[in-house]
Amino acid sequence: MTRVLQILFFLAARVVVLFVLGLNVRRREWLPEHGPAVVVANHNSHLDTLVLMCLMPLSKLHLLRPVAAADYFLANRAMAWFSLNILRIIPIVRKPGERKDGTPGADPLAECHAALAKGEILILFPEGSRGEPEKMTALKKGIAHLAEKNPDAPVVPVFTHGLGKALPKGSFLLVPFFCDIFVGEPIRWPGDRTAFMETLTARFAALSAEKTFASWE
Amino acid sequence: MSLFDDLTPLHLAIAGIWGILVLASILVFALKRLQPQRDHSELVSRTVSWWGMIALFTAAFLLSRTLSIVLFALVSFLAFKEYLSMIPTRRADRRVLFWAYLSIPVQYYWVADGWYGMFAVFIPVYMFLFLPFSMLLSQQTEGFLKAIGTLNWGLMLCVFSLSHAAFLLVLPVAGNTDPQAGAGLLLYLVFLTQFNDVAQYTWGRLFGRRPIVPVVSPKKTWEGFLGGLLTTTVVAVLAAPLVTPFDWQQAAAAGLMIAAAGFIGDVTVSAVKRDLGVKDTGSLIPGHGGIMDRIDSLTFTAPLFFHFVRYFHA
Repeated sequence: MTRVLQILFFLAARVVVLFVLGLNVRRREWLPEHGPAVVVANHNSHLDTLVLMCLMPLSKLHLLRPVAAADYFLANRAMAWFSLNILRIIPIVRKPGERKDGTPGADPLAECHAALAKGEILILFPEGSRGEPEKMTALKKGIAHLAEKNPDAPVVPVFTHGLGKALPKGSFLLVPFFCDIFVGEPIRWPGDRTAFMETLTARFAALSAEKTFASWE
Repeated sequence: MSLFDDLTPLHLAIAGIWGILVLASILVFALKRLQPQRDHSELVSRTVSWWGMIALFTAAFLLSRTLSIVLFALVSFLAFKEYLSMIPTRRADRRVLFWAYLSIPVQYYWVADGWYGMFAVFIPVYMFLFLPFSMLLSQQTEGFLKAIGTLNWGLMLCVFSLSHAAFLLVLPVAGNTDPQAGAGLLLYLVFLTQFNDVAQYTWGRLFGRRPIVPVVSPKKTWEGFLGGLLTTTVVAVLAAPLVTPFDWQQAAAAGLMIAAAGFIGDVTVSAVKRDLGVKDTGSLIPGHGGIMDRIDSLTFTAPLFFHFVRYFHA
């Protein structure tokens, strides 16, 4: 039943994403067709997760697992039900002290590793939070730990522009804008975390420079 | 009784357009065969997109008048969205942009209702006065004039101008009770505008030497412009008896006007793109660019042709 609801929800989401917004996607063919894989994107808006999930065919929907902050997405029962059953997020506890198992050595990314082992595709935002719309902040290093533990999973960088204009943090009014989605070359595990973070940062820098965007102050 | 008894001149005109499309496609195919070493991919994707666009318009035309009006409203929405996405905007104006978007269904409602008085003033008077008021509420005065100026200009071009094409569908034509009279005029306008684009492009490619406004648009030449003007005028005179109430002098005047205004609309949008440093307004139509790249000339021909018809025949 939730599977049917999920498909209906994403059909409706597709109408909004493709008609109200409208996407200009470059190199869609570089998106992973199967897991294990990790899609990483810059984070500007609640629309980011939806749009990334709408980029891949409905038949792949069951493989997609957005990684999201537990304190926000599980904040109340309705939100938690929606996040876990429709979006099918993997909740991450951001502050170590609040982790249920409490053991200091427990890996906060354990569920992510398990999902990748099952051949799922993770979607995550290494900036951590949406922050100021349309401005990229430094990438957090959790993604490097994830990539190190799962060297077989390619990491696909995706740069989006415009979603933060359409629905910025703190706003509920969706204003239509065409959005750009630039898919970057998948990154294979280079052998160490520093090299990985440098490659990822460089890929994002190159993707964001592919087009001059209209200013938005 | 046969299937053809129900055929009207409008159907014949639509069939004629499909005939031209098939001919053009055969030409493109032949060109690909004759010059396999040259890259024809843009020409091919352009032609494929024409099939899609003409199919869409034919379906809307044949199914219902309301559907045709809705189609034009959608084109306005896409064009306006493309415009707002490519120009600089201010975060403080999100709500104002939302109101501007809402004026699209309202403006096309006046069209469907046939309420000319409201249709003619809603955007140039009411929205023109309301939007700056709505914008000042955020109390952000830096960039105010630029923001309201660009917003109003886009609304006039993408919504107000274009809605004149749709209003042809409901415009009563003097002495003509044929329910398809408006559809014929709209078809005439859209066909000649697009035909002129292709004609100017083709003449320019074949014989273009002297650029007209090289800084704005280096590929627009006098040879292309005049060749297109002549061809479009001839076609306008030939097609007029089928779908319009024009005599040949009026048809020639309409053809000249559409060809000249179409050119001006085209280079005007080119100037905007130059200013913003973009090549295409978007990527919605493969081979053509954005929707604004396809309808730039129509935004100039539509209101002029509309008032031409209204002055002489309504």
